[in-house]
Amino acid sequence: MSILINKDTKIIVQGLTGKTGSFHTEQALAYHGTKMVAGTHPQKGGTDWTSATGVSLPVYASVAEAKEATGATSSIIYIPPAGAAAAIEESIDAGIELITCITEGVPVQDMVRVKEKLDVSSSRLIGPNCPGLMTPDECKIGIMPGSIFKRGSVGVLSRSGTLTYEAVYQTTVAGLGQTTAVGIGGDPVKGTEFIDIMELFLADPDTQSIIMIGEIGGSAEEDAAQFLIDEAKRGRSKPVVGFIAGRTAPPGRTMGHAGAVISGGKGGAEDKIDALKSAGVRVSPSPAKLGETLVDLLS
Amino acid sequence: MNIHEHQAKEVLKTFGAPVANGVTITNQDEIEAAVGTLSGPVWVVKSQIHAGGRGKGKFKELGENAKGGVRVSFSAEEALANASEMLGKTLVTKQTGPAGKQVNRIFIEDGADIERELYLSILVDRETGKVSFVASTEGGMDIETVAEETPNKIHTINITQSTGVTDEDTEKLADAYKLAGNSRDQGKKLFKALYKAFTDKDMSMLEINPLIVTKSNEIQVLDAKISFDGNALFRHPDLMAYRDESEEDAKELEASKYDLAYIALDGEIGCMVNGAGLAMATMDIIKLYGAAPANFLDVGGGATTEKVTAAFKIITSDPNVKGILVNIFGGIMRCDVIAQGVVQAVKDVGLQVPLVVRLEGTKVEEGKSIINESGLNVIAADDLDDAARKIVKAVKG
Repeated sequence: MSILINKDTKIIVQGLTGKTGSFHTEQALAYHGTKMVAGTHPQKGGTDWTSATGVSLPVYASVAEAKEATGATSSIIYIPPAGAAAAIEESIDAGIELITCITEGVPVQDMVRVKEKLDVSSSRLIGPNCPGLMTPDECKIGIMPGSIFKRGSVGVLSRSGTLTYEAVYQTTVAGLGQTTAVGIGGDPVKGTEFIDIMELFLADPDTQSIIMIGEIGGSAEEDAAQFLIDEAKRGRSKPVVGFIAGRTAPPGRTMGHAGAVISGGKGGAEDKIDALKSAGVRVSPSPAKLGETLVDLLS
Repeated sequence: MNIHEHQAKEVLKTFGAPVANGVTITNQDEIEAAVGTLSGPVWVVKSQIHAGGRGKGKFKELGENAKGGVRVSFSAEEALANASEMLGKTLVTKQTGPAGKQVNRIFIEDGADIERELYLSILVDRETGKVSFVASTEGGMDIETVAEETPNKIHTINITQSTGVTDEDTEKLADAYKLAGNSRDQGKKLFKALYKAFTDKDMSMLEINPLIVTKSNEIQVLDAKISFDGNALFRHPDLMAYRDESEEDAKELEASKYDLAYIALDGEIGCMVNGAGLAMATMDIIKLYGAAPANFLDVGGGATTEKVTAAFKIITSDPNVKGILVNIFGGIMRCDVIAQGVVQAVKDVGLQVPLVVRLEGTKVEEGKSIINESGLNVIAADDLDDAARKIVKAVKG
């Protein structure tokens, strides 16, 4: 089994007709036939989009229309920063269950507005500023490279895109494979936090172990550690390997991700590492040893 | 994007916030006229740099007993002498690092009769995803110190975005500050005005420390610090006029022209990486193997060959760089684009130091063959661990 997405998940692409949207939709279609079913564009409703390999998808003027016509439950957003928040809101209004926003650089106050709307809706948002999510051999939402995945038993969750790939690649090389990998994104205000995904991985019978990759800034890792402690008391636990990026980052500087900043003496890597260790997480000192550390923990 | 105190006050004034009259000068000839425009009897002469702790800071060029970067003056002559002494000197505060920052502009303003000093900030609280006011009666102090020593003196009030600041919110704030009478009325108006400024201008942080109550029970903004959300600047072209490039590192400034996330550090291994997390992790692993990173650099997901070339040139322009590690795990970023950029950059600027390249992910085979066929003296690495070991060995021997 997997979490959130599987081979039956139908996906609408907001921003399908743009360069990035087109490229990654082609990649998704080529990945075990991920069910990309439609695109949206306010001015191009009624037209067709055709991939380089000749696959055609209908384009609708709105997410609501596309959902009505296709029965899709999921959307993926490849819209530039200025319009990304409105695109998320459109998906929320249309009642899309799982919305993924790849866009990097969404103004934080736009996300404050989106989050308030999200909190009273039934939608779940992954991102923004994230690589999306993947269930090996079944469904690819977003921009993760499909070739590094292998169906297996590890649940991967991460605030960083490329470090997600490291974890996936290393667990593939180690022969463990993945159930699902989720990149929750590097922004300070986002739709889904570590504990939301941790809950799903703990509940999924096929996920036998977890790799969680955090970074400096905020307290999502400390929250996840507390969550694991609380769940362990209830008798739910799985082996978890952790990594925190940014041990060498100078305080007060935003390290690429809008959310990766140590401010006011808070959000430093050592505090997060200590919190994870106290929750029984095996923290890898090296980003190159995630797979190895997990194999060691499981043996 | 950070701006100076005098600019922050100019912004807040347009929203109706009470600030003292003041004048900014950038060279010695302007000081006398500037002092003359203010009526006294107290002039406050303030160094304008993008760092806190100015009052307690020390000037490198002046003696240990010289006064700090914010000076209260009781005559026009004294104000003139203070401004003249500070302008052009290097101010070292606990936020500037030991190198300090050159004071290129001075702000001179009317002094105020301070009864009480308060603390106010507005920020986006990442825990709740809401805009929050942070209020404390302990103004004029470092808020982190207050948080540590007397956390009960800090009040946080979250604002609901759809309603904005309500009367209930302003009452809570006024209570937190123990405001009464005239200052209470003024305060309640000010809180709404500050929230409007924060949201209208897409600020990521607004800090007023101190916000003061004067002896005549009036509210006034005595110091102000604003950071704007860099991701929202596209809808505020007017704010770009506030950018002071002299406050920025030359390499970071150059990188920003190409939209590269670059931060200068003081190690010896230059890094070019895609993805912020992987870029940080690459710095960490370099440290783990006993060397130090010269920079953080995330070329981003949509980098072009030109951008990669520019990034490479910025790295090699740092004289401390004794080796370069290129670490790419392609998702959006294609390995062939990175490889072309590296090859082009080496052709343009040459290669004086060892270069280790690790490529993985989208179009990795194409990328590797571009590097192999280029004839460049590149050390290829299989994975991140291998790459880190190889570059540290090449630099440290």
